[in-house]
Amino acid sequence: MTTVQTEGTTTLQKGAVGQSVPRKEDRRLVQGQGTFFDDVKRHGMGYVHFLRSPYAHARIVSIDVSAALELPGVYGTLTGDEVAILTDPFFQIAAEPGGSVKDYALAVGKVRYIGEPVVAVVAETRELARDASELVMVDFEPLDVVVDARKALEDGAPVLHEEAGGNVSYTGVWEWGDVDKAFAEADHVVKISELHFERFNSTPLELDGALVEYNRGTGQWTITTNNQFPGFAAIMMAPALRVGTDKLRLVTQDIGGGFGNKITTHPQLVALCLLARKLGRAVQWTEWRTDFHQSMSHGNERWFLDTEVAVMADGTMTGFRSRALDDAGAYLRYEPLGGVIWSQVAPGMYSWRNLRLDFTQVLTNKAPCSPNRGYSRMQHLWFTERIIDIVAHELGFDRVELRKKNYVQPEQMPYETPNGCVYDSGDYPKALDLVLDLIGYDAIEERREEAASRGKLLGFGIGSTLDSGTNNFGQSQLVNPELQFSGNNEVATAKLDIFGEIVITLGTTPQGQSHETTAAQVVADILGCDVDMVHVRAGHDSYWNSHAGFSGTYASQFAVTGLGAVKGATEELARQMKTLASMVFQCSVEDIELADGFARMKENHEAALPFMALGAIPNANNAGFPIDPPPMNARFVFRPQFQVPDKDTKFGNLTLTYSMQIHACVLEVDPETGVYELVDYAAVDDCGMRVNPKIVEGQVMGATAHAIGAAMFEVFAYDDEGNLLTPNFYDYHVPHTLDMPPLKTAAIESPSPFTPLGTKGMGEGGGGGIHCIGAALQDALRASGGAIVTSSHNPYHRVWEMLRHPERSREKVEVKG
Amino acid sequence: MSTTPVTEMVVTVAVNGTTYEREVPARRLLVHFLRDDLDLTGTHIGCDTGSCGACTVHLNGVPVKSCAVLAVQADGAAVTTVEGLSEEELTPLQQSFSDHHALQCGYCTPGMLMSAAALLEETPSPTEDEVKVALQGNICRCTGYWNIVEAVVAAGKGGA
Repeated sequence: MTTVQTEGTTTLQKGAVGQSVPRKEDRRLVQGQGTFFDDVKRHGMGYVHFLRSPYAHARIVSIDVSAALELPGVYGTLTGDEVAILTDPFFQIAAEPGGSVKDYALAVGKVRYIGEPVVAVVAETRELARDASELVMVDFEPLDVVVDARKALEDGAPVLHEEAGGNVSYTGVWEWGDVDKAFAEADHVVKISELHFERFNSTPLELDGALVEYNRGTGQWTITTNNQFPGFAAIMMAPALRVGTDKLRLVTQDIGGGFGNKITTHPQLVALCLLARKLGRAVQWTEWRTDFHQSMSHGNERWFLDTEVAVMADGTMTGFRSRALDDAGAYLRYEPLGGVIWSQVAPGMYSWRNLRLDFTQVLTNKAPCSPNRGYSRMQHLWFTERIIDIVAHELGFDRVELRKKNYVQPEQMPYETPNGCVYDSGDYPKALDLVLDLIGYDAIEERREEAASRGKLLGFGIGSTLDSGTNNFGQSQLVNPELQFSGNNEVATAKLDIFGEIVITLGTTPQGQSHETTAAQVVADILGCDVDMVHVRAGHDSYWNSHAGFSGTYASQFAVTGLGAVKGATEELARQMKTLASMVFQCSVEDIELADGFARMKENHEAALPFMALGAIPNANNAGFPIDPPPMNARFVFRPQFQVPDKDTKFGNLTLTYSMQIHACVLEVDPETGVYELVDYAAVDDCGMRVNPKIVEGQVMGATAHAIGAAMFEVFAYDDEGNLLTPNFYDYHVPHTLDMPPLKTAAIESPSPFTPLGTKGMGEGGGGGIHCIGAALQDALRASGGAIVTSSHNPYHRVWEMLRHPERSREKVEVKG
Repeated sequence: MSTTPVTEMVVTVAVNGTTYEREVPARRLLVHFLRDDLDLTGTHIGCDTGSCGACTVHLNGVPVKSCAVLAVQADGAAVTTVEGLSEEELTPLQQSFSDHHALQCGYCTPGMLMSAAALLEETPSPTEDEVKVALQGNICRCTGYWNIVEAVVAAGKGGA
């Protein structure tokens, strides 16, 4: 079903790195022996149920929990009034006006979306907690609702957060090059009045939750959870709880998918901390599926309004200008970082130098947005890809040639974008040729005719995407100059234990990305041993000394930051091992090598110490050494080299690496019904050096599936009263086995010159499927009215509408010159 | 005759070859019985609507979504969960999942394995389409299913 072609060079292929070694995680997971947060129990723990708002916008007049508390087996409750006394509002990333938003663990005074937690109830069983929550009496006074970002900006619109003085959370102008000159000199200007990237998220199968214990003696909480960014969670939680981060021990092991959606669980975790302290017992919360859909981490919905594109007669595209209107939902939990993160890929894969985006983010009575696979870049890359296909469509350019002409070229690498980001390596035209080859592009017109003979409209589309990885958190200062975040880091420790066990700990929180395996591959090559000899501790524990402020697993960075830390720590451990061996053999360190599980003299393999001996000496057998033997214990903080971007010009390098994926698909539309089927699909990935090609391909496949879902089936749609219309897996259709097209994948390896292993972070894929499916639909519809695809989400009924009323979308496009 | 509804009931269920007798609330779901009462946490929960299949187990040899079965309905039955598939050596199906990188986070995997194992019982060498149909009730959000289908087809052919 898949073919893998590998082209290009690799930097490290002689050892474990570069091989598709079997995953260390698999054995426990296929036997049902993984440990997910919901598997952990404590004696006498209470189950938490959150009573949630049935209104999208309402004042809380009163709350009466007395009837719930009288029910036998109910341990206690928590309300917003208590939260407002016991905690401070969460730190806001936003400057004014968004900086004035007050956000607590439970609704205080008002509710602002359906599904917002209002009261927490704790009881002896899950069922009882849910029953008891129905006895809580809440008197709401409904308020007017706004769910459309465009209406949220209008005078007289209901205001969610009065403190913010309106519904705008962030606004800024982003402009580079000489945009006016580019448009003055352009031979053609293509205008697109409206493009809409719709709301969805990646809906990990495991829901959010935690088991929280409070140690009254030390004042510390232990939080066994599936939060995927503990560094961020601690930064948000500790000030709210008025404690230091040392009081928060966040523990994870196996996490059932994350995709960014498990970053912003800090409000619920704070509520659990308060309950554990208040009730003097462990409390456990597992989210319900409907609660997740209604309240957790929607992907950013974004409008692109009044877009104009400057095009020369030969097809050279010199710039664009547009207004982005981003809908953040009801609270700013990670936002307004989406207001800057798109600019990691401001020009997409193209070499235009004159760009202007007026970016405004607004608050609406919908679930809060937070990172979702491809966070904020996916929306922007969709925008650039839509531009390319609409320009080609309107001006009659060939889509392949237009791309090749305007792509950043391989000889330009490393390429500095107009806003100072540096694309580290890659060959985009070559990748496009490869994907065209896989999809059988040469035969497309014949296939189109053949499909037409069966009454079907065949379409072909391309989606070119970047996966920028390893954030420079200094970019946060571009949306709030007062913030004190910059750079990035990740930590690993490497030690040799008493019996020679190689033990690696990490600050990361893998959710399927195979960190135990890939870290072990890196370690094995450095220590000259087998991958099986390397023990990588599963998950994260803030009591280990292997975390820092940015620890977690998010934003396409493990292969750089995580493995960079592993490499650094292991190289230091190797140095210690060689030093100890040289002390024993009374030779120079340079005379020692690590190979076959021994530290031995290069010229005399008989003089060899097994790892067990090296581990035992400092730990348990250290008498007689004139100086301290090395401790066989190393900690390394990987820190990429970044500068703080210039806040006035919004110029600077925002991410260290740029993986690339180009997707292509062929689909067939039934012109009578709008139903369409993906009949062929191909994806080419270049993430630099691949530590484990099979794992990389798995990430490509997963990102493809998410994009297919978002393009065809998945949407968080709301009615005018703020009801989510897709609050479960019945209504929110995620792809199933039968939805998946045949897939071909291939890889190119363009090693990054900026990273320790030549790797690049990858896994997000930039929504390539969303782009190429939309492009293929537009291509298919050329033969039936020539509708323009203006939405990221195109279910069958929308295709039917485009077939029946192509003029509705065509009105949104105009060509001047 | 009493009109008081029965809210508790003693059930006897053989799970992975061990017989358990427990008093359970009448409304307790089989999946919660397995996870909370018996601490067999390999069976997972991914939705509230019987849509995702993460909780798939075999009830008297038939694959069922254990979130859609009450514990009391399993009274007297034999249940097999993912923990019952193997002890030390992996089954060819489990090994094939690993060989084909058919799991990433591993959360859907127990349900996938139970659905696939039931298919292989009925149809020892299934085609790709047969596998897709048999697994259509199981959601995976990590893999896009391609490697899962490959793994099951390969297991049906006697291994990787």
